[in-house]
Amino acid sequence: MDHSSLAGRIFRGIALALVLVFFMFPIVWILLMSFQTNEQILRIPPRILFEPTLANYEALISGQLRTAAGNLQIEFMRNLMNSFVLSSASVILALLLGVPAAYAFARFKFRLGETIAFTLLSFRFAPPLLVLLPLSLYYQQLGLNDTYFGIVWVYQLIALPLILWIVRGYFEDISPDIEHAYRLAGHSWREAFTRIAVPLAGPGIAAAGLLSFIFCWNNFVFALILASADKQPVTVGALAFVTASGIQYGQIAAAIVLSVTPTLLLALYAQRYLVEGLSLGAVKG
Amino acid sequence: MLSIRNVDKIYHSRGKPDVHAVRALDMEVKAGEIVALLGSSGCGKTSTLRMIAGFESVSAGSIALAQRPIHDLPPARRKVAMAFEGYSLYPPLTVRENIAFALKAQQLSRADIAQRVDGIARLVEIEDILDQHPRALSGGQQQRVSLARALVRDADLYLLDEPMGQLEPQLRAVLRGRIKGLLAERGMTAIFVTHDQTEASALADRIAVMEDGVLQQFAGERELKNRPANLFVASFIGEPPMNLLDMAVTPQEGGFRLSAGSDLAFQIPRQTLDAAARQALEQAERIKVGIRPQRIAVGSGEARLRVVSNQWLGDQSHIAGECAGHLLVAVTQGKVAARPGDIVPCTLEAHNLHIFGADGVCVRHAEAR
Repeated sequence: MDHSSLAGRIFRGIALALVLVFFMFPIVWILLMSFQTNEQILRIPPRILFEPTLANYEALISGQLRTAAGNLQIEFMRNLMNSFVLSSASVILALLLGVPAAYAFARFKFRLGETIAFTLLSFRFAPPLLVLLPLSLYYQQLGLNDTYFGIVWVYQLIALPLILWIVRGYFEDISPDIEHAYRLAGHSWREAFTRIAVPLAGPGIAAAGLLSFIFCWNNFVFALILASADKQPVTVGALAFVTASGIQYGQIAAAIVLSVTPTLLLALYAQRYLVEGLSLGAVKG
Repeated sequence: MLSIRNVDKIYHSRGKPDVHAVRALDMEVKAGEIVALLGSSGCGKTSTLRMIAGFESVSAGSIALAQRPIHDLPPARRKVAMAFEGYSLYPPLTVRENIAFALKAQQLSRADIAQRVDGIARLVEIEDILDQHPRALSGGQQQRVSLARALVRDADLYLLDEPMGQLEPQLRAVLRGRIKGLLAERGMTAIFVTHDQTEASALADRIAVMEDGVLQQFAGERELKNRPANLFVASFIGEPPMNLLDMAVTPQEGGFRLSAGSDLAFQIPRQTLDAAARQALEQAERIKVGIRPQRIAVGSGEARLRVVSNQWLGDQSHIAGECAGHLLVAVTQGKVAARPGDIVPCTLEAHNLHIFGADGVCVRHAEAR
C-alpha cells in the first residue's frame, strides 16, 4: 500500500488528527483540569493557558479537602489502596477457579457442561442492580456486608465468566496431543495441565486477567451497596468530592488521573503482550 | 508382546447416533515385530492406536503389553512411545529440548541424553535444526522431530501415526530404510498407522488391513497379495487394483463353467476346489471373481480387449480396456502398440482367478507364482 500522492497523505493526516482529537480530548481535558483550581475550571469561556497548581493532588494525598465550607477529611489514598486490594484479590481468585474450569470445559465433554458454562456467562448479562438487592439482604444475614471477602466474592460475577470464556478458547486452540505426548513421557495429567497447557495458554490467561482486573477496577455499584467508606474503592470514593459547598471538579479530575494511571500503565505494558498472545494463541495442532 | 483381545470402541455423543469405530478387534503382535495398520480414513486404525496409547478408553475387551494388562493404566505407565500425526511438539522448546524432554523421565546423565539426541537426530537428518524452535520448521521437519522424540525413548512399544506423510518421496524412502534398520537392530516392537500401501509393505513385517472398524486380514504383504481373505482386501491391496468380474455359474461334469456374456468363459475343475469353494459355487448362480492386472497377458489369446487407454509408465504399460462387459486393466512389462479403440487379444487363465463367495470371503485363491 503506497499512498504517495500529496493530497492523499494530507487527507489521511487530517482524518487521523480528527479521530485522535475525538478520542483523546476528554482525557487531555481531565488532565488539564487536574492542574487547575475550581475557580479556573468554572471560568467562562474556559482557557487552555493557565497557571498550573498541584493543590488538587496535595489535597488528595494529604487527605484534606479544603472547600468554601471548611476542611473535609477524605480517604482517597485509602480508596486507591482498596481498589488495588479488591481488584487484585478478585482476579487472583478468579484465575485460581477459572483456569482449571476453563480447561475442563475445553477438554472434556460432560453432562450439562455447556449449560454450566453458559450459566456462568449469563452472570454478565444480568443487570448488577437486579442481583444486588437480594444479595445485600443475604450479605447482611451472613455477615459478609462490608468485608473485603464479601466484595471479592461478588466481584467473581465480573471476573470469573470473563476468564472462563477467554481462557477456554485458548485451551481449545492447543492440540490435546501436545499434552498426550507429555503424558506418554511418564507424566500425570495434572503435570500436563500445569507444565504444558497453562504455560501455552499463558498469553491468553494474562489477557483475561488484565481485562478482568480493569473491569473490577471500574466497578461502582457492588461496592457502593455492599461496603462502607473504609472498604470502598476509588470509583465509589470519588463521590466524596460532591460536597455540600459544591462539586470539587479539580480534585475529581486529579482523582481520575491518579486512579486511571495504574490501569493505563498496565494496559500499555500489556498491549504488546496481548497482540503477541493473540498471534500465539493458534498453536498449530 | 502386545495382545489385543476382542476390543470394541464406541463413541457416544449426545443427539447423534453412536459410532462403532472398532469392532471385536483381535490382534497379537510379537516382540520385535513391525506392524502396519492400513486402511482408508475412518476405518478405526487411529482409534486403535489411541486405545493402545491410553488416550481413548476401550469400550470392551482388553489390551496387554508384555503380559501386563494396560487398558486401565494411565498413559504415563504404559511404557509406550508415540509419534503423533499432528507432530505435537512443545512450542516453547527447541528441537533438541523437545527430543531430550522425552528422556527426562528416564533419569539419564546429561552426556547420555546428548548422545542419544544426536544419534537419533542424525538418523532422521535434523542435526542442522536442533537449536531451532518448532514454529520455524516446515511440516516435514516437524514430522521428523516428532518421530525422533518417539524413537529416542526406551519403551516396550512404539506407536507411529502416519509417521512419514509429510516427507518428500526421496527422503521418505531413505528414512524408511533407516528406521526399519533401527527398529530391527534394537529389536523394537512398533505399530504404525498409514494409508500408503508402499509404506506399509516397505516398513512392516505384517500388515493389518482395517475397514469399517473391522480387522479384515492380518498378514505379510505377499500373503495379502496372493491370498486376500475377502473382496475388500483383494480390491484394496495391489496397484493397480485387482480386476473384479461378475460371472454366471453353470455346474458341469467335472467342475463348473464361469461365463461373462458369450465372450469370456472359464472351466474350473472340481478337484482344484475345496469343500467350501464347491459349496459356494453350487449355491450361487452368479459369483464374483478377481484377477490381478499382472496376470492378464496381452498380445495373444482368445479373449478380446477393446482398448480404452494405454499408458507407458517408464517401466511397464497399463492397458485399460473393455472385455465381456467389464473394464479390465492389464499390466505388461514391455510397450504395447495399441491405441484407444483397437482390439487386442489377451489371455485370462482360470488358475489365475480368485473366487469370492456370496459373503465376499475368498473361497479359492489364484495359484501362487
